[in-house]
Amino acid sequence: MNEAATPAIEVSRLVKHYASVTAVNGISFTVARGEILGFLGPNGAGKSTTMRILTGYLAATSGSVRVCGIPVSTRADEVKRFVGYMPENNPLPEDMRVNEYLYFRGRLKEMPRKRLSPRIDEVLELCDLKRVRHRIIGKLSKGYRQRVGIAEAILAEPPVIIMDEPTIGLDPHQILIVRDLIGRLRGRMSVIISSHILPEIEVTCDRVLIINAGRVVAEGTPSELRREVLGQSSYHLEAQGDVDSLVHAAQEVEASLAVEQIGDPDATGFRSVRLKTRRDDDIGELLLRTFAADSRFRIRALSREHPTLEDVFLAATRRSWDVVDTPGKGAPANGE
Amino acid sequence: MRHFFTILGHEIRALLVNPSTYIAAVLFLGVMGFVFSEVLDVYSKIPQETSPAVIFFRFFPIPALFIVPLLTMRCLAEERRLGTIETLLTTPVTTTEVVLGKYGAAYLLYVGLWACTSGFFYILYRFAGDARLIDPGPMLGGYCFIAVSSLLFVAIGVFASSLSRNQAVAGITSFTLLFGLIVGLHYAIQLPAVQTALPHPVLSVLGSAEVLSHFNDFSRGIVDTHEVLFYLSSTALTLIFSILSVEAKLLHS
Repeated sequence: MNEAATPAIEVSRLVKHYASVTAVNGISFTVARGEILGFLGPNGAGKSTTMRILTGYLAATSGSVRVCGIPVSTRADEVKRFVGYMPENNPLPEDMRVNEYLYFRGRLKEMPRKRLSPRIDEVLELCDLKRVRHRIIGKLSKGYRQRVGIAEAILAEPPVIIMDEPTIGLDPHQILIVRDLIGRLRGRMSVIISSHILPEIEVTCDRVLIINAGRVVAEGTPSELRREVLGQSSYHLEAQGDVDSLVHAAQEVEASLAVEQIGDPDATGFRSVRLKTRRDDDIGELLLRTFAADSRFRIRALSREHPTLEDVFLAATRRSWDVVDTPGKGAPANGE
Repeated sequence: MRHFFTILGHEIRALLVNPSTYIAAVLFLGVMGFVFSEVLDVYSKIPQETSPAVIFFRFFPIPALFIVPLLTMRCLAEERRLGTIETLLTTPVTTTEVVLGKYGAAYLLYVGLWACTSGFFYILYRFAGDARLIDPGPMLGGYCFIAVSSLLFVAIGVFASSLSRNQAVAGITSFTLLFGLIVGLHYAIQLPAVQTALPHPVLSVLGSAEVLSHFNDFSRGIVDTHEVLFYLSSTALTLIFSILSVEAKLLHS
């Protein structure tokens, strides 16, 4: 089999029903080798269910999932050798020591004994766990436990790593360590992480998949998503003088510019103005030059505002609720 | 089956570092030691026809009913409660290997505890200096019976543990099942109402599942292949049900 040609993960029209609930409803996506994919969605969107199906732990109701070209539904045993998985809430045995646990897991993952101890040293080093290697897992703090889970997932160097909310409950410093760790896997392993912490995803991931109510509502790189979902960018400036004429001057540069918000003047007479436009490319310099040439007003600051992934996430999930809730309008095309 | 020994070793280790194992062991050896000394006390007063080993092993339902649930209630219920079953089953391990590994560890530990009681006989032999008290036939028969019947008892405990994520529920379920098998069945068959209501073939099937009558055969030194086969086949069946129960919980989660 051609290793490089097959994508690490291929999911097509995946559906999972629990007794009465449809958790996943026709999700399709692919993850290239070496890519880091961020999985976003509100609670109950179907993130964990999708991840569990990818690992072969749960069976899908319909649809197909292939990991490294191997179908999960029929050859789950082989797929399990390619996947390192860290479940939600990171369950760990309470009464084992860190290195004992890693040794046991390494044996279960069919790592040869000889390679196992150097590899354990390596992951302990990577995850900054050297100091606690002889401690009992049940007595470790949340941050350490979380890193034990990550160390366990990358232990056998699988081509695919799936982590369900790896940064939950960590302090900012530890989040930084975990982010570095995941970043270091880029190119070598394909990683899927789900998270609620959106800046996290934005920094770490090559691509983001937003799902809601079991459907994919947006997909792409963070910047693509901004454009696609919000479709606008905004400029923030602080100006003194005739604001109306300022807006006119701005609209001569770019017709789609519109006032979003004008603040009250502060002690020095400057007020903050927010303009938005449908235009993608940066027109900041052009605006600045136009404003500087005009004597009717003075400019103290001008900046282009980057919508955060948070805005994108809120917009995308809201949009999908609208679609789902509008009767008769139907869901966005989901195959069939 | 390559992971069976990894899991077996892990489980034995987990049992050995767990305080509840030691509580169970102390309880077991304390109670059995008490029983043994009481048996000797009776022998010292009135001469008996049977060997003390027979009387001693007749008390096997006590540990079977109390120690087996204590040792097994944890094994699958705890994994499910903590969620570690998810990490366990996402490695290249089959459910069969997991269940068999846990079963094997619990069985070895339980039989190991019984093996400790051979010390009682050694002490008796050493200090009584009377070879008549040590009759190797019933003694070996008794240990054989323990080894064979424990296969089924421990399997029932593992099965009960696979049904619930709550250890207490698992423990009580396994106690109930074992009680039904060892004591309940014995008395149910003797009830006149049951004897008249059930057809003869059913009664004979139930009769052959009677643990106490198996014990009587074994303690006389008779090892009946029927009985051994009964324990082996019912153990296999119970373990298959345990494996199915673990898998069913995943399918219908």
